[in-house]
Amino acid sequence: MAIFLNKDSKVIVQGMTGATGMKHTKLMLGDGTNIVGGVNPRKAGTSVDIDGHEIPVFGTVAEAMEKTGANVSVLFVPPAFAKAAVVEAIDAEIPLAVVITEGIAVHDSAAFWAYAKSKGNKTRIIGPNCPGLITPGQSNAGIIPGDITKPGRIGLVSKSGTLTYQMMYELRDIGFSSAVGIGGDPVIGTTHIDALAAFEADPDTDLIVMIGEIGGDAEERAADFIKANVTKPVVGYVAGFTAPEGKTMGHAGAIVSGSSGTAQAKKEALEAAGVKVGKTPTETAKLAREILAG
Amino acid sequence: MDLFEYQARDLFAKHGVPVLAGEVIDTPEAAREATERLGGKSVVKAQVKVGGRGKAGGVKLASTPDEAVARATDILGMDIKGHTVHKVMIAETAPEILEEYYVSYLLDRTNRTFLAMASVQGGMDIEEVAEKTPEALAKVPVDAVEGVSIEKAREIVAQAKFPAEVAEQVAEVMVTLWKTFVAEDALLVEVNPLAKVASGDILALDGKVSLDANAEFRQPEHEALEDKAAANPLEAAAKAKGLNYVKLDGQVGIIGNGAGLVMSTLDVVAYAGENHGGVKPANFLDIGGGASAQVMANGLEIILGDPDVKSVFVNVFGGITACDEVANGIVQALELLKNKGEEVTKPLVVRLDGNNAELGRKILSDANHPLVQRVDTMDGAADKAAELAAAK
Repeated sequence: MAIFLNKDSKVIVQGMTGATGMKHTKLMLGDGTNIVGGVNPRKAGTSVDIDGHEIPVFGTVAEAMEKTGANVSVLFVPPAFAKAAVVEAIDAEIPLAVVITEGIAVHDSAAFWAYAKSKGNKTRIIGPNCPGLITPGQSNAGIIPGDITKPGRIGLVSKSGTLTYQMMYELRDIGFSSAVGIGGDPVIGTTHIDALAAFEADPDTDLIVMIGEIGGDAEERAADFIKANVTKPVVGYVAGFTAPEGKTMGHAGAIVSGSSGTAQAKKEALEAAGVKVGKTPTETAKLAREILAG
Repeated sequence: MDLFEYQARDLFAKHGVPVLAGEVIDTPEAAREATERLGGKSVVKAQVKVGGRGKAGGVKLASTPDEAVARATDILGMDIKGHTVHKVMIAETAPEILEEYYVSYLLDRTNRTFLAMASVQGGMDIEEVAEKTPEALAKVPVDAVEGVSIEKAREIVAQAKFPAEVAEQVAEVMVTLWKTFVAEDALLVEVNPLAKVASGDILALDGKVSLDANAEFRQPEHEALEDKAAANPLEAAAKAKGLNYVKLDGQVGIIGNGAGLVMSTLDVVAYAGENHGGVKPANFLDIGGGASAQVMANGLEIILGDPDVKSVFVNVFGGITACDEVANGIVQALELLKNKGEEVTKPLVVRLDGNNAELGRKILSDANHPLVQRVDTMDGAADKAAELAAAK
């Protein structure tokens, strides 16, 4: 099982022929991902040899889907062209689009989200500015290192890439069903709540780790959702207790404005929903271990 | 990036939002000519990025050019809530104000859409209106693709219950304000007050604009709007090197990769500091994914150049970033500083995990630098860095 991505996923890469796209296509193939094509209108009809895999390049997402049955697209398209690339994926109605690109203007991400909504949200968008998602042992759609951990029964959802890696490393001996990096931008497609709902429904997930950070109210809303809908144990971590007001901490969305978006408020909301919240990533991992040990 | 009022005024004027004439100056004497150009009368307005400047005495009327010089003398250099006034705007005096309204566009993160806000109770702090009389503040979602047509603007104006005699004029302002919001890639455009004056005109008398730094690639003119004078010199130096750095007020310098991990590192150091005399993190510095040895060296140079820093904690989990590159960067930076004749006396605590961690650790062991020590867990390394900072 796992969520959103499994061994049957057929993955295409938009922006595959660029330097970053090539590097990560190679890594994804190494993790066993079934990559069936790349998309680049200027190189349509050619193919690229990556470690002995002959990967065809198509002119459009729609064509790639028609010829290969692809159902996942991973996007490494530069910020200036990202909106058009996501809109193309939405128009093709590909079920999952994973937007790795960092630095997309908010007017662009708000526009492609509005567009996806107007088209009935047939495409699940993950990101932007995210590391993507991995179902260890089955498939990797993004840039999460595939060798940190093995398949297991923990589900992970996180706003931050490196904290995803850190947490997978802390719990590497137990393993993960799926780990989803949803990104730290102000407008993102898949939210904590979407991932929590999917993990709740996934028979291969026993415990959920949720990582949040300052800015917005996504963690507070996730807490409400957990209270009402999640029966599996959830362990949480929130980064940014020491962040000063009004300063963006790396991620475009990580900013405390006035009394809203603070780490303390998020921690309290999660604890009120019965979530055990760790003070550090290591302590959070320890809480998860304790629950799994019974 | 938050703008000064005069910069917001200029952007409003550029996109057709009705504003009064005004120019920015930074010496009292310049107030004279500026006021003469406005016909001998002006309003002298402190330019600070904080609310409540009127109450603090930062906005004064001048009925002659001489008086404008006197008022500018008073206001320049004034401290308003910790912000020193370096510039004043000499603005045209408004005709008699009959009514004050509020209008804005911003991002509604929760609903992942844009939002128009409008109220006939302008002039005061809008948070206060939202709290005391929420029914007086209309909030209307705006679809990012559809935008604000005159029809949509009329809907916003109707929801906010603007008086019939100004409704059409305000709707027109809502359209031009939307143009400003979109064309400038703004995260916020706010007019407060939007005033109805005796002449019957509707005028934007004060405003706030915040711009999206991610849009710089298509907004070449925005760089000139940056307040370089106000930037912390370390932040400016880091920005020039393309580093993501925020100066904080503690003693433990922090370098890490990934915004989330670095934020988490600050917290872990602050917790550890509770056991070591209350030392705190001195900065946020994210060297990003896939950082090279050179990027690492640049980061370390900035941190070591901060006189407040007593110890440094390098916390890297190698995902895309390779730990051997990080280790090489540390060794190179120390070498570079030595060659420059700068003596490094601050201890470094390094924690490396993930991609090529073994190789990275070996590089540090082989270099055997007296100031560098490795601790292999995040919490343990934070504790060591806090301890070293407290001992200094």
